[in-house]
Amino acid sequence: MKFTNEHEWLRVEGDLVVVGITAHASEALGDVVFVELPEPETMVSAGDEVCVIESVKAASDILAPVDGEIVAVNQKLVDSPALVNEDPLGAAWFFKMKLDDLAVLDDFMDEDEYNEMIG
Amino acid sequence: MVPFAGYEMPVQYPAGVMKEHLHTRAAAGLFDVSHMGQVILRPKAGMEALCLGFEALMPVDVLGLAEGRQRYGLFTNDAGGILDDLMFANRGDHLFVVVNAACKHADVAHMRARLGDVAEVEFLTDRALLALQGPAAEAALARIVPGVAAMRFMDVGVFGEIWVSRSGYTGEDGFEISLPQGQAEGFARQLLAMAEVMPIGLGARDSLRLEAGLCLYGHDIDTTTSPVEAGLVWAIQKARKAGGARAAGFPGADRILRELAEGPARLRVGLRPEGRAPMREETALFHDGAEVGRVTSGGFGPSVGAPIAMGYVPAALAAIGNALDGEVRGKRLPVSVAAMPFQPTTYKR
Repeated sequence: MKFTNEHEWLRVEGDLVVVGITAHASEALGDVVFVELPEPETMVSAGDEVCVIESVKAASDILAPVDGEIVAVNQKLVDSPALVNEDPLGAAWFFKMKLDDLAVLDDFMDEDEYNEMIG
Repeated sequence: MVPFAGYEMPVQYPAGVMKEHLHTRAAAGLFDVSHMGQVILRPKAGMEALCLGFEALMPVDVLGLAEGRQRYGLFTNDAGGILDDLMFANRGDHLFVVVNAACKHADVAHMRARLGDVAEVEFLTDRALLALQGPAAEAALARIVPGVAAMRFMDVGVFGEIWVSRSGYTGEDGFEISLPQGQAEGFARQLLAMAEVMPIGLGARDSLRLEAGLCLYGHDIDTTTSPVEAGLVWAIQKARKAGGARAAGFPGADRILRELAEGPARLRVGLRPEGRAPMREETALFHDGAEVGRVTSGGFGPSVGAPIAMGYVPAALAAIGNALDGEVRGKRLPVSVAAMPFQPTTYKR
């Protein structure tokens, strides 16, 4: 699993990358009450705002970590936003992306580096 | 922790906003609101002169407030806007006033400037203020201060150095407790040791008051909103309205009495977004494609289980059920005008 500076995790699944937010991020957000997902089959660029998460405290965005195509979204989050707090690293994945080259993931932090960043 | 009116305040304790909110409605929540301003007005020329002087600052009946009772008040300006909202209590030989933290220095200056002939304005900076709210608040507080069980909504009582009112900012039964700052931590810890009581941060304080339809000064009311526009007509007693015993005679009376007679141009209303997306403060409201108002407070109501908001719309669009759109991240989403409070209140009348 790889991690971004924006507190997303990236997990390779076959030729796809699954994206979610870290436990640290979900704790900082507080109780999530609303999730808005992108349309599948959307081409996105790294840094695009692709999802909205609203907690009881505030709204925040999930940015596309890399260039690629969104091929699947986790509709369960729309009906059960609380999953983001309950199982951020598992059931609460947000979307799956198809990349030209999975090698771009090498640039992201591994778990130790991420844990060091959040200190 | 976040900065709030010059204080470092917790948004939430470890339980989180949702659990804190629901716990307050189910049992009892303890709030540290010591940042609020506590003021004693001591009469220089008798209580009647003091009450009449205080009445000259707001469209509220002060003279008619019985001893041992508390009332909601609003300082108005000459344009009929609201300088602050407050609670005041008649404690027999003086008035006790609690004002908002962000306004307290201005309020004290205002009272000193305007009440100098009739009152000694004592700004109390050595007292803490706690609020204990929820259905178990009475049982919990009565273990320490047994006398509070006999109090009704908006009663005030003095128990030695501990001053209690049966009131709050959540829509629940509960108490606000003023006490010497040196006693506050021990008192709070004694309450928190009880199974029913959980500490509550600013996040849940906001969601609880929003569900109760209560205004937050600086957001839902300010110097540009009149009490009539804000739907606070219930706070203007008969004595101060046209034809009353002491009609007018408060700042902005022209506008406020005119709006009472003719109706205001706009009104604060409750709003229920139809979808799950919260409509937060500053969300623009549309009717037939035209912008007609703004959300002044909005978020998710944990007890309602859905997003809720309040805001100002033209009076012609303020009927319950009226359909509007709110613009969230560039999209216009349906929202309808709804009755407040969103959550039934449980005051012990």
